[in-house]
Amino acid sequence: MSIDWKQYELEPGFYDELISSPGNPRVPARQLANYLSTLTEDELQSRMLASDATIRDMGVSFTVYTDGENIDRAWPFDIIPRVISANQWEKTAAGLKQRLQALNMFIDDLYHEQRIIKDGIIPEFVLKQSKNYRPECEGIRPRFGVWAHVCGTDLVRDGDGQFYVLEDNLRVPSGVSYMLENRSIMKRVLPEVFEKVSIAPVGDYPEALFNMLASLSPRPGDSPVVAVLTPGIFNSAYFEHAFLAQRMGAELVEGSDLVVGKDDCVYMKTISGLERVDVIYRRIDDLFLDPEVFQPDSVLGVPGLMRAWRKGNVALANAPGAGVADDKVVYAYVPDIIRYYLDQEPLIPNVETFLCYDDKQREYVLANLDKLVVKPANESGGYGMLVGPHSTKKEREHFAELIKANPRNYIAQPTLALSTAPTLVGRSKVEPRHLDLRPFILQGESSYVTTGGLTRVAMKKGSLVVNSSQGGGSKDTWIVG
Amino acid sequence: MLSKVAERVYWAARYLERVESTARMVSIYDTLLFDLPRQINLGWYNLIVINSLEESFHERYSVQDERNVVKFLLGDDTNPGSIVSSLTAIRENIRTTRDVIPGDTWELVNELTQYVQENLNQGINRRHRHEFLDSIIRACQQIMGLWQVSMPRDKAWEILRLGQNIERADMTTRNLDAAVATIAQVEDDDFAVNAHQTIWGNLLRSLSADQPYRRAMRASVKGPLVSRFLMQDAQFPRSLRFCLDDMVAASQALPRSETVIGDIQRLHKTVMARAEDTEPGPELRDVLNDLQIALQYLHFTISSTWFLNEQDAQQAVAQ
Repeated sequence: MSIDWKQYELEPGFYDELISSPGNPRVPARQLANYLSTLTEDELQSRMLASDATIRDMGVSFTVYTDGENIDRAWPFDIIPRVISANQWEKTAAGLKQRLQALNMFIDDLYHEQRIIKDGIIPEFVLKQSKNYRPECEGIRPRFGVWAHVCGTDLVRDGDGQFYVLEDNLRVPSGVSYMLENRSIMKRVLPEVFEKVSIAPVGDYPEALFNMLASLSPRPGDSPVVAVLTPGIFNSAYFEHAFLAQRMGAELVEGSDLVVGKDDCVYMKTISGLERVDVIYRRIDDLFLDPEVFQPDSVLGVPGLMRAWRKGNVALANAPGAGVADDKVVYAYVPDIIRYYLDQEPLIPNVETFLCYDDKQREYVLANLDKLVVKPANESGGYGMLVGPHSTKKEREHFAELIKANPRNYIAQPTLALSTAPTLVGRSKVEPRHLDLRPFILQGESSYVTTGGLTRVAMKKGSLVVNSSQGGGSKDTWIVG
Repeated sequence: MLSKVAERVYWAARYLERVESTARMVSIYDTLLFDLPRQINLGWYNLIVINSLEESFHERYSVQDERNVVKFLLGDDTNPGSIVSSLTAIRENIRTTRDVIPGDTWELVNELTQYVQENLNQGINRRHRHEFLDSIIRACQQIMGLWQVSMPRDKAWEILRLGQNIERADMTTRNLDAAVATIAQVEDDDFAVNAHQTIWGNLLRSLSADQPYRRAMRASVKGPLVSRFLMQDAQFPRSLRFCLDDMVAASQALPRSETVIGDIQRLHKTVMARAEDTEPGPELRDVLNDLQIALQYLHFTISSTWFLNEQDAQQAVAQ
């Protein structure tokens, strides 16, 4: 049996990325859907095996922590891509650039005049109580006024087919290597479709990332020494750190490979002695960067790194303190932030968000916990959340206590009707599975957005949780013109 | 090249060489057993002594029999030099140096690790041991072949050569030592001459040195000649001299190599000063032992020259 799109059971109330009604693929996905339905069950099966083998060969793995042990497991991958029209993507990309520009102006303002607070757009205590505000960064002027150079923004499509921003990851967003690997897998799995459909390439990301990083160098003119700073092999994203370093031709370093000299410059230890480092793409959290300034017991960081950065002798991407805008309370204000700094209307809307510190909004949240998704303001990875419709009474009571005890730390959003896309289940059956999209945005001297991004899929039927740490998988994302 | 990456490449090469050499060493003993007259009581425990592993062996086993010795050398993860432990070390080092070592190495090492884990019992029981060890040796050669044909001759390559040769030199001294120790156990009777020849012949075969030996020495297999060949031949890749020469060449292509080259040249002198003309005995074993210690010192010099950067870092901070 091959795939019969007439038998595809759409979930009522949800937008499907590929199929508009049973048997009818959306325009940009039409050639793909038609091609897939010409494959026999055996052919489909052999494509799936080919993708498994490719993943194994490439060594794509994701480390999951369980009881202190970490295991590598293959990154679950579905061979049916998600398709978006080039037209729609162009608008979305513009919205993403707009958003990151405004966020960078916001961060720069917070560490200088704090005009946005003085002008009463954002209440002062939001900043005062932010876990990610770093007073150590006040007064510093990173190049181009940019603090968040790499941003992973999570987009979701609601029942109405509109893209919404769910969150902005401005600290150390990961996943871009999977976006690139997914494309190489698809080229081996469905080469015939690439001949017929004009699919926009995604492979220029490492180049764009390198150029952006190089533009930050404190020694312009020279060919800058760029390093990727990783916490090491036990970090869940180590694969990606190694991957990006390799693709950019940058050095992959750990804290112990670096030393800050008396001259406040950063050096790496090489077999020829010490060599100065100009730009560090750091993939470790602020608090571990420099034991002289932050956590004194951190062995991941480099003593003196903040000193070197403050003096302008090394560029850090993302800059320390950029995470202040990666806070779900700040998120609720982003549309206002865009209007305030850019004097523009936001091109991509936010998901409706209730702030628990506001008495009225909190009352509403507490009365509707069974319908809402409650999130702590400063967590990532889908941890510490309450998904109302899937929760028990006991869990809801627990969260009500948490919210009352620390209202600033919680926000709530309506449960989204996360869009679906056909996903291969068993040998040749396709069923809808929920997904989101994480494009990556770069900002240095200029801005860049990935072509599409990483599509994450909840592989379990009915599940809305797409995080790779919680059983999510991924699909290739095609921007089709 | 980052010092840490250099260190990992060095160890990956050393451990891979150690896997192959350990497989070869066990196979010497294994084939010897078939060839030697029944009267000779060959001690497997020699292998533990030769590799300086007495202490860790006794923590694990009380009986010094074939089964325990072979198990300890092949499959014991508490023995850091066992094949299983060496493979784990290779994997970790390759995983973190994938930017300088050919990508396919990762897959080949995984395959080999899996093979060893799944077939370990074949190695422990004598019936399939040869096949098992042979597969390991071949897999190691495949990986080295991959490096040989696909690595750019850059600094990573020179570091890799250093790791490979220092381990190889060390293992050649140990293999030679094993042969001399075995001969010491052969009683001086009618069978002795035959037994000596069998032992030296096996040593050559296990190092794939029998043909090169015959071509280079143009003589039958005799103890003094074999030990001279394995120490001083200029062309055979496992001879001590060859390994040392290759390390000098590799070091010359690396920065700040004066001290390392000095150390190697001293070793070279000791090796070339030997003039074996009688059947090797305890005296040669002492020399081999000294060479092993000198190689260990050479390792420390390599490590402080290229891997540790302690002085550089202190200077930078104290300037």
